[in-house]
Amino acid sequence: MSVTTPDISAAAQRTAFLDGVNPVSKILAMVVLSIPLLATIDWVSSTVAVAIELALVPLCGVAVRDVLRRSIPLLAFAPIAGISMLLYAEPGGRIHAQFLLATVSDDSIALAVAVALRVFALGLPTILLFSRVDATELADGLAQVARLPSRFVLGVVAGVRLLGLFVDDWRSMELARRARGVGDAGVIRRFFSMAFVLLVFAVRRGSKLATAMEARGFGADVERTWARPSRLSWRDGVFLLGCVCIMAAATGTAVAVGSFRFVGS
Amino acid sequence: MAGGARVVASGWGWRHAGRKAWAVAELSFDIEAGERVLVLGASGAGKSTLLAGIAGLLGGDDEGETTGELRIDGVDARSARGRSGLVLQDPDAAAVFSRVGDDVAFGCENLGIEREEIWRRVRRSLDAVGLGVDLDRRTAELSGGEKQRLAIAGVLAMEPRVILLDEPTANLDPAGVLDVRDAIERTVVREGTTLVVVEHRTEIWADLMTRVIVLDPSGGVLADGEPDAVFAQEGDRLAAAGVWVPRHPIGMPLALDAPAGAVVLEADGLAIGRPGAPVVRSAIDLSIPQGHATVVVGPNGAGKSTLALTLAGLIPEREGLLTGAPSLAGRRGQRPAQWSSRELLTRIGTVFQDPEHQFITATVRDELAVGPKALGLGPAETEERVDALLAALGLGALALANPFTLSGGQKRRLSVGTVLASRPAVMVLDEPTFGQDRVSWIRLVELLRAEVAAGTTVVAVTHDAGVVAHLGESVVELTGASQGVALRGRAA
Amino acid sequence: MHATSSSVDRSARVDSSDRSLRWRVVDIVIAAVLGVATGLIFWFWNTIGYLWFETADAVTPGFGGIAVGIWLLGGVLGGLIIRKPGAALLVELIGAIVSALIGNIWGPTTIYSGIVQGLGAELVFAAFFYRRFGIVVAALAGIGAGVGAWIFEFFTGNIEKSAVFNLLYLGSIVVSGALLAGVLGWFLVRALAATGALSRFAVGREARREV
Repeated sequence: MSVTTPDISAAAQRTAFLDGVNPVSKILAMVVLSIPLLATIDWVSSTVAVAIELALVPLCGVAVRDVLRRSIPLLAFAPIAGISMLLYAEPGGRIHAQFLLATVSDDSIALAVAVALRVFALGLPTILLFSRVDATELADGLAQVARLPSRFVLGVVAGVRLLGLFVDDWRSMELARRARGVGDAGVIRRFFSMAFVLLVFAVRRGSKLATAMEARGFGADVERTWARPSRLSWRDGVFLLGCVCIMAAATGTAVAVGSFRFVGS
Repeated sequence: MAGGARVVASGWGWRHAGRKAWAVAELSFDIEAGERVLVLGASGAGKSTLLAGIAGLLGGDDEGETTGELRIDGVDARSARGRSGLVLQDPDAAAVFSRVGDDVAFGCENLGIEREEIWRRVRRSLDAVGLGVDLDRRTAELSGGEKQRLAIAGVLAMEPRVILLDEPTANLDPAGVLDVRDAIERTVVREGTTLVVVEHRTEIWADLMTRVIVLDPSGGVLADGEPDAVFAQEGDRLAAAGVWVPRHPIGMPLALDAPAGAVVLEADGLAIGRPGAPVVRSAIDLSIPQGHATVVVGPNGAGKSTLALTLAGLIPEREGLLTGAPSLAGRRGQRPAQWSSRELLTRIGTVFQDPEHQFITATVRDELAVGPKALGLGPAETEERVDALLAALGLGALALANPFTLSGGQKRRLSVGTVLASRPAVMVLDEPTFGQDRVSWIRLVELLRAEVAAGTTVVAVTHDAGVVAHLGESVVELTGASQGVALRGRAA
Repeated sequence: MHATSSSVDRSARVDSSDRSLRWRVVDIVIAAVLGVATGLIFWFWNTIGYLWFETADAVTPGFGGIAVGIWLLGGVLGGLIIRKPGAALLVELIGAIVSALIGNIWGPTTIYSGIVQGLGAELVFAAFFYRRFGIVVAALAGIGAGVGAWIFEFFTGNIEKSAVFNLLYLGSIVVSGALLAGVLGWFLVRALAATGALSRFAVGREARREV
């Protein structure tokens, strides 16, 4: 996300296909790319979706290295997501192990693998679509294209932008706790105390920001103009159609090979 | 072009919801178009409230009640938004968007100005404040002074007839202060805009101002007139209330070029940088003498704060070695970065630039007790140290107050107190006088001088020429080049 | 304990005549700021809390729900501080978006979770007509958010699991929602008010008047 890691060169080389797509379309795409996967737990649909999405990385303008780097937490945690399913899914097929309420069966193994894959299939589009979305463009899109109330859109985006400042505060607070003799132990307690101070800073800075915005005429009853136009183009149509096709291919393949499994069925 | 507006208050007052006392009461004045007014007064006299009132930010949404009238060119200030532009103290909290151009355009958009005109105004106002950066430049990458000029450009683009500045330079280094002042002077003088400034560092603005209004904390106006006349009449009273009155001596002896004793901290070929960030300065050879006050000066970006954190043992050396005196050796040797957090307490204490970063409890008393408790001192001794400090810091009446609710000066003294409570051999301070008014500045520097006299080693990173003059027994200068340091004699 | 909480409840009741339900600019910005702050807390908790969640689940079925409360904080904080319709939903939603965008294993599902959890808390505040913000209401809002989370997870996967698991999960999520989101959130807001940071909000002014 550009808010946390400002990519200085991004503005200079925003030439990928995805850069010409309106952020609002990307939000829609995220819904398109996740709902069908949430409706089924099977390994085929997730695998197909991931394969197609990876093949389309060059169109996204995200460096492969960045995709890999940002996928690390996904890859690390996806298997853990399967554990609960492995132990507590309704047993079916051959039973491999059983203790107390936990039962590892053919069904639960299949579900666990599917859940782990699904975690990855759900996470990947977020990385590909939103690594380069600019908060200001997003605000412009939400207000001008999606027609959400501008007071809310701009207020929220401006507030969210304060995120970058919190990172420095957090680092300083960590050092300050070491300096004050309470930095040796009690990680959890220290976390909560720092999170609290972060909240104090956040609220106060937010109040000041609100005043600064009002001081510049924000929130008054004047009809607002927009310095940057935000509109949809043919690219958005092609892009969304493409996303629908990815999901159609993924679920279609799963149905075709008979692995499609509607949640709860 | 825009020209100025007339600002008239008649019996105006404002009380915040839930408060008994009026923030501003019975205020009357008449500011002519194009006048340049400095508003002064003791803290709590309602200066910021007045500016917010002129900016039309008060009055709605159950936030308080008002009396009298406050008018801009005859229009009630609340319906005159856009005629005035307010710049606040904290430039970090003023940037709305992440890119410079968008941020300047924000106010114009809110006024419903056409797109082409908006971008014309954006370029013009950035020129006016001398901020020659790319429109796509990230606001977060600007220095404090640049951010503040960006905020001013955002206000100028709205072409206000009154510019209001609320402590615009309190968070800036000296270079940033000058840039901001020059930017304002250029515009205001050329356009004839009315200017109202609240700032306790009056020397910055005194030359530019045509009038000074002093608010009375109990309501109304204490003095109103030409700057020289008001300073002559009210100088002593203003100084006592914390205002930096021009040509008003501090009355404190200069620091002497005291002979340096044994070395307590030694840097040898030191390279410094925050973890994960590039090295900001290398090849630093430096000895910090014991029981002596060393001040570190240098321009922004020279690595002063990073050096302070490294000397304080909070971040590790990137190259080279920082060694404490043998008497300070901890369980893991003489390198401060390897001392445990508890070991640091009695060896090196650090006062951070923002005191709030180091507050961890809900009352002033608990805050002072953190160090002694971490050292494992008994309740009796802890109590004794805390009580002594409360008295020394002038915070006795606030012992049960929440640290975050203190004034800027009180917060700063408390942060120094938390360090003193564990009686470290060395004290490292980062910009200790930042944003302090005259009264708390004097208290603070006197406190530090007393510590040095009592044998504590003090290292202070500062932009403040007053700190250098009155505290710095030796001066270390970080030059523009990214290598080494220079020792400067007291005479410089 | 009971006596004190009910008396606190009474004092926290708001006189509806002196306030409007219209959102001010500061309400919107603070909602965003609270959302970001809770999003960062979520993101941190995504590591610690998730390990706890899965470890507890591996040892006992469903008790992983005990860790969920922290992820429900946003709605409680938003409702208690801003006191406007939609605040609980908005803050929890922004927190979820931030957590998803920084990167977590749930991707966009985080955002759907945020919506249902926020709605759960929102409905509780609405049921009290945005007039009562005591510790009991806070706990109920935490429970509401927890139930929302449980329903969502039930229909996106847990339906495959045994009834015992789901009942235990519901029980632990309710307890966690009440305590880690509701009660903790209420104390958090009170501590926040004590720092003076909430001076532009009714909750901040009430706290300061007591002193």
